[in-house]
Amino acid sequence: MTPQYGRGLRTLSILTVAMLALALVLVFFYAPLEAEQGFLQKIFYVHVPLAIIALSGFVIGGLLAIQHLRTRDSRWDMRSYVVIHMSLIFAVGTLITGSIWAKGSWGHWWVWNEPTLVSFLIIFLLYATYQPLRFAIEDPERQSRYASVFAITAGAFVPMNFIAVRLSSAYLHPRVLGSTSNLPGSMALTFLVSLIALALLFATLCKLELTAKHTRAQVRALRRRLAGDDELPARRGRSAVPVISATGGPAAGGAG
Amino acid sequence: MRRTVGALLRKELLVELRTLESVPGMSLFAVTTFVVFHFALNRSSVEGDLAAGILWVTLLFAAVLGANRLFVADADQGGFDGFLLAPVDRTAMLISKVLTMLAYLVVLELVAVPAFALLLLGAPLGRALPDLIATLALCDVGIAVIGTLVAALAVQTRARDLLGPLLALPLLLPVVIGGARASSPLFVSGHLGSTQGRWLLSLALYDLVFGLIAYALFDFLLED
Repeated sequence: MTPQYGRGLRTLSILTVAMLALALVLVFFYAPLEAEQGFLQKIFYVHVPLAIIALSGFVIGGLLAIQHLRTRDSRWDMRSYVVIHMSLIFAVGTLITGSIWAKGSWGHWWVWNEPTLVSFLIIFLLYATYQPLRFAIEDPERQSRYASVFAITAGAFVPMNFIAVRLSSAYLHPRVLGSTSNLPGSMALTFLVSLIALALLFATLCKLELTAKHTRAQVRALRRRLAGDDELPARRGRSAVPVISATGGPAAGGAG
Repeated sequence: MRRTVGALLRKELLVELRTLESVPGMSLFAVTTFVVFHFALNRSSVEGDLAAGILWVTLLFAAVLGANRLFVADADQGGFDGFLLAPVDRTAMLISKVLTMLAYLVVLELVAVPAFALLLLGAPLGRALPDLIATLALCDVGIAVIGTLVAALAVQTRARDLLGPLLALPLLLPVVIGGARASSPLFVSGHLGSTQGRWLLSLALYDLVFGLIAYALFDFLLED
């Protein structure tokens, strides 16, 4: 029996689309207009969930990397890689939406005295070196080990950095919508639904990438078996992507 | 363990004394950077935030310069292999390298801080010295730990000269924040400010967290 990496992907995708649609409906038709910022405040339902998910993703990437160093199973490295990769994309989204929000409400594209935004930029800059680091190490085993060390260090850096930057700003901007506790009920509900919808989107995209990577490895292994081991190289040049061990795939399982 | 660390440390310092590869370069870099700042800012003396910023940017870059060279000899000339063959705890290498880096930083600051006071600082440094030394000490520990960890990560990569600073700078930003904010009240002439305790506390927390992380992770960088 070949392992099926895409199992449940369709259900997850449908669920994600449904939740995203529900979130959009709630954002535009149910949640009330905020008194001060008006329509602009709606970006809050995208920006804050994106930021929360990206940060959680970075920390989760670190936890998966711990698992990788413990078990030496390359699948954990693959998961860690995919989660960090996806978090990086969500982080770009956070920075862009945050910038738009800052322009709309404070009149500047970038504000240095908003500690959350600044912390986020630092974390983004740190994680932007994750791929170059992987790419610069040729040996796949060493690459995965070093990448995990980086992921754990950076994962611990995320909360440390927030403490440092928050301390450094003498005053905080009055954040009307800083936490969900002081939100009116309808806004809190909308926020929660968007958070869940975007978290589902994150999960779906991660699963999709994992499935694609595994399928590609499987196809490669099958091709190698068809053409003989010497015909196709196991790996095309250098790559930042983790290598999935062929022994885990169906080719070495002897099923066929 | 203590004997291993002692032997390794002696070797590091001996190598540095004989080759003079890192520390003179770091110190010279720091002094040159002060001159660059003088012309770039077009100021003959600086105070407060600006002074703290210049001092910390200079120290940080000089430290990154030194950290980049920390493992080069071990990687190129078989130091890692020799160490891995020896039946000793691998943490000894982390501790000895961190202590080496600390020694480099102390020498660097012995040159750079007086040079800074002489060339650029517009405020008297005398009475602020104890607070400044405490801040420098806490920052040095953090820089040494992160510098060692990042240097060990970067030395095995192809683009090590580029990757080391790229990894180290964001990781060291909390140290810069803490160091600069803690020392800026010390560089004000007239009324002498004092360092706020919360900065020293955050620096100590940073040192502790990353010290533990480096301790836990360093072994994985040495396996080969």
